[in-house]
Amino acid sequence: MRVFHFTEQPYPDAWDPSLDSYRIVLPNGVCDPKVAADLYHRYLDEWMLADDLGLDIMVNEHHSTATCMTASCHVTLSILSRITKKARLLALGVPLANRADPQRIAEELSMIDVISRGRFEMGFVKGVPYEPPVSNQNPVNMMERLWESHDFILKAMTTHTGPFNFEGKYFHYRNVNIWPRPWQQPHPPVWITASSLSSAKEVARRGHVLATFLQGYKTRQLFDLYREHYRAAHGVEPGPDRFGYLALCAVGNTRKEAFARAAEVGRYVTTTSIVHEPFRNPPGYMPVSDYTRVLRNTGKMVPRMVPTYDGRMIDVNRPLSVQENIDLGLMFCGTPDEVYQQIVSFESYAGGIGNMLLMMQGGALSHEETCDSLTLFGKEVLPRLKEYAKMRGQTLAPQALGAAE
Amino acid sequence: MQTAEATSHDFITVGGFRQEIQTVGAGAPVLFLHPGRGMRGAGPFLDALAAGARVVAPSHPGFDRSELPDWMNTVEDLAYHYLDVIDALDLRDVTLVGSSFGGWIAASLAIKASPRIARLVLIDAVGVKVGGRDDRDIVDIWAQKKTALDALTFHDPSRGGVDYASMSDEELTSIARNVESEALFGWSPYMHDPKLLRRLHRISAPTLVLWGASDGVVKPDYGRAYANAIPGARFALIEAAGHLPHIEQPDATARAVLDFISATPVRGA
Repeated sequence: MRVFHFTEQPYPDAWDPSLDSYRIVLPNGVCDPKVAADLYHRYLDEWMLADDLGLDIMVNEHHSTATCMTASCHVTLSILSRITKKARLLALGVPLANRADPQRIAEELSMIDVISRGRFEMGFVKGVPYEPPVSNQNPVNMMERLWESHDFILKAMTTHTGPFNFEGKYFHYRNVNIWPRPWQQPHPPVWITASSLSSAKEVARRGHVLATFLQGYKTRQLFDLYREHYRAAHGVEPGPDRFGYLALCAVGNTRKEAFARAAEVGRYVTTTSIVHEPFRNPPGYMPVSDYTRVLRNTGKMVPRMVPTYDGRMIDVNRPLSVQENIDLGLMFCGTPDEVYQQIVSFESYAGGIGNMLLMMQGGALSHEETCDSLTLFGKEVLPRLKEYAKMRGQTLAPQALGAAE
Repeated sequence: MQTAEATSHDFITVGGFRQEIQTVGAGAPVLFLHPGRGMRGAGPFLDALAAGARVVAPSHPGFDRSELPDWMNTVEDLAYHYLDVIDALDLRDVTLVGSSFGGWIAASLAIKASPRIARLVLIDAVGVKVGGRDDRDIVDIWAQKKTALDALTFHDPSRGGVDYASMSDEELTSIARNVESEALFGWSPYMHDPKLLRRLHRISAPTLVLWGASDGVVKPDYGRAYANAIPGARFALIEAAGHLPHIEQPDATARAVLDFISATPVRGA
């Protein structure tokens, strides 16, 4: 099992509770570049520590927001590809439907793969609703645009015989011949995020890694559907390496310390959707059938009931305690023993997860606290997870059984 | 030439896909091109217009119950499609009446100089860029809260009130489709074609530009600039109306259209 350390590189000084938007309309005048520089440096240092501890690294990107200062996966990974040594470097992801120039994406990601000597993992995402009003790319048909961009990027990375032509519905090039070509052959591993059954099917058909964010005990349904469609398309069982799950995580020397850290990391969840109301659902972002339901419920507080590990239903459209987040599978939190048990239990519930994506820094969790939480994880949880995965892999992975026959 | 095949009194098939259409009244043909909200609320205006004209009011591809071919995503696509619809329905000496987004389609149609187009009426039309690159000619409707948008759209903002809970699934689906389709065609460049202003000089049909005096989405000065770019166009305000005069002042708006038709007899008619 791989474990990835993730932070959105937040700028929590700007999180003024009296504001109705931390994104898009919050003037960047409240961003002090000196503070931002210090934050960038410490977040990079934390990723370097993760590398030293044997963890892997995940970055993402958002735009015009104090919740996430990573304005580009490419920029962050450009730095990390040179200053880290062993970690896999996951972008999850590059928001293809918001990017007008996939040729430049293919070139820059190939550079990152080469500079890192083949440590790059290439994640593509639809992105949150708040992005099209900033990118000005159309919120209608985003998935269709994402897949065309995806097809183009893979073709650009795998064509080595000179320029090719591409004239699609959305993207047009006449002389595609990127330099460098990627280190990994035929191309870096592709990840796609999905939270809907229809998206999970498409990811399975293409054989890419399926990642889900904070889906808790709805994850198994998505993963099982993926397994079914993967088997149908490829004739073999997908290994645990085909699955990624993102949760929040805080480890402490005591349960109390861990819970205090988790409460701070958890501010990610309570701040991320504080957005000027019209940008929460741009036209065409959600399918007509879903939007119809939203219209019908205009002005109503509709509870969103989500199952816990033991089958209780909790309304997640209200503030949640750390314990509730743990029970919902959204947070792994506690002493190293407790965190190990929670992850193993969730991994087992989901039927095998090869990649745990853990937000271990969120909100204003300090550098010292983050480093301590990371170190506890790296030294006391990670080795046991590796052992666990090895044991589980030997007994359960069908590929291994097939090889033994 | 495309031919129309009526699948019911409510739908036509032109170009291989079904399009919802309403036809009322008798007399000189009027093709009404609805705004981004679709045909919702247009009934009283159509009825008032029908007192002196035969009104043909299709829902654009992707709007209301009209299908959307997967290759259509520009207003140019819609304008060429409506040239086919005009041929298919054999509309002669037709008066185009376009409101807001529908006005953009109407102007894009009129520059193509079909001999079947006799007159053009633009009502609070979008579609052109008249200001500089830093000017926002048209309010970003997708950046407004509903209350703010209602205040900009209507002379009487209470006209914006909608009771979604009481609507049928079909009505809500139409609203959801209209919101999505308007974005498909109008997201970027936002609600205009950068080339359209330079092509308006080609319009030879007599043109009337009507504007809600209280329009806060697209100010009357934008309408005046639009009219100035069309040879011989007349500009007139509709009082006590915002961006959608056909909804707020259906009778006054219909009367202005019918008076214009009477005042501009077709050559040889």
